[in-house]
Amino acid sequence: MTEKTIKLGKKKKNTFMDKVKEILPEGGNLNLCLTCGACSSGCPATGLENMDPRKFLRMAALGMDDELTSTPWVWMCTMCQRCIYVCPMKIDIPQLVYNARDTWPRETRPKGILGSCDMALKNESGSAMGTSPDDFTFVVEDVLEEYQEAQPEFKDMQAPIDKQGAEFFLNQNSREPVTEPDEMVPLWKILHLVGANWTYGSKGWGGENYCMFLAEDASWKHLVQQSTDQAHELGCKTFLNTE
Amino acid sequence: MRKSFGDPIAEDLRFVVKSIVGEENFIDMTPNRSNNYCCGGGGGFLQSGYKDERLEYGRLKDEQIQATGADYCIAGCHNCHAQIHELSEHYGGHYPVVHLWSMICLSLGILGPNEREYLGDDLKEVNVFHPETALM
Repeated sequence: MTEKTIKLGKKKKNTFMDKVKEILPEGGNLNLCLTCGACSSGCPATGLENMDPRKFLRMAALGMDDELTSTPWVWMCTMCQRCIYVCPMKIDIPQLVYNARDTWPRETRPKGILGSCDMALKNESGSAMGTSPDDFTFVVEDVLEEYQEAQPEFKDMQAPIDKQGAEFFLNQNSREPVTEPDEMVPLWKILHLVGANWTYGSKGWGGENYCMFLAEDASWKHLVQQSTDQAHELGCKTFLNTE
Repeated sequence: MRKSFGDPIAEDLRFVVKSIVGEENFIDMTPNRSNNYCCGGGGGFLQSGYKDERLEYGRLKDEQIQATGADYCIAGCHNCHAQIHELSEHYGGHYPVVHLWSMICLSLGILGPNEREYLGDDLKEVNVFHPETALM
């Protein structure tokens, strides 16, 4: 026995992984890695930017924060969660990726994602293409009228906006009303045939949420809230997310 | 859907697809369900500017699809549709990628001439609802 206690190294610094562990249920199991590599072997992002999920997690465990928070790989992982599915310890690597995105200064994040988020914040639609509630309403009504006439079997078909008391609140990807409006119609027909009581909202109709992909929590929440507030306002029972 | 609700919802979707195209015309890819690979359209990848990396990411998905030998690929959402459509062109498979709603309406005989943007030539003229309303 030695007389004095041996102290190893300095006090451990608070690493990026420590911070992420604090905000995840069960710490995202981030310190349970067995290093088996099941995550990486089935990950389509393995090899991009010389990175893979296992390596990313090991680097986090080693406190290599500068590398983790600067690799563009975090924008190439889609956070599909297959790595969690195959992981024997159910480690939440996607949340580690998401939070690494969040460490990037806003103006340095990918311009396309940033721009789409900003567009969605521009008005009350929540559309990544910046389409206004008025423009959306106009397109929907115009297309509906056209089809009611062209296909008389569907003369009673509706595509309501802000219908009070509808059962289903349906959102809509902006791509259809803006670039290919005819593609909205098949879904309307199906809803009509099954007798669904549904509505779009003039507010919060945009189905896509690029603020989530931007890893900007406050804006992400704002867009979701905008849609759910409108659904509640209309008394809808079920939120149908078409995305 | 499957991410939120698990494999039972994947079974429901298989029921829908098989009901539309016929049991014998449905080919599952491998691996499938929760073990399947992401196509690479999600997570903001489509708008991230990293196009070469996105197509490389999707190579696995394209190989899976081509290995089925299926004539059509049905995509569940817009991100997937845009990405897989691009993979089909980029890797030369040239299989049409369609939305589920198009196939449901086609099977019901209520898909009009202007709602067929993504159908292949083999189905463009099949069972057209109100063909006289086609835009020239």
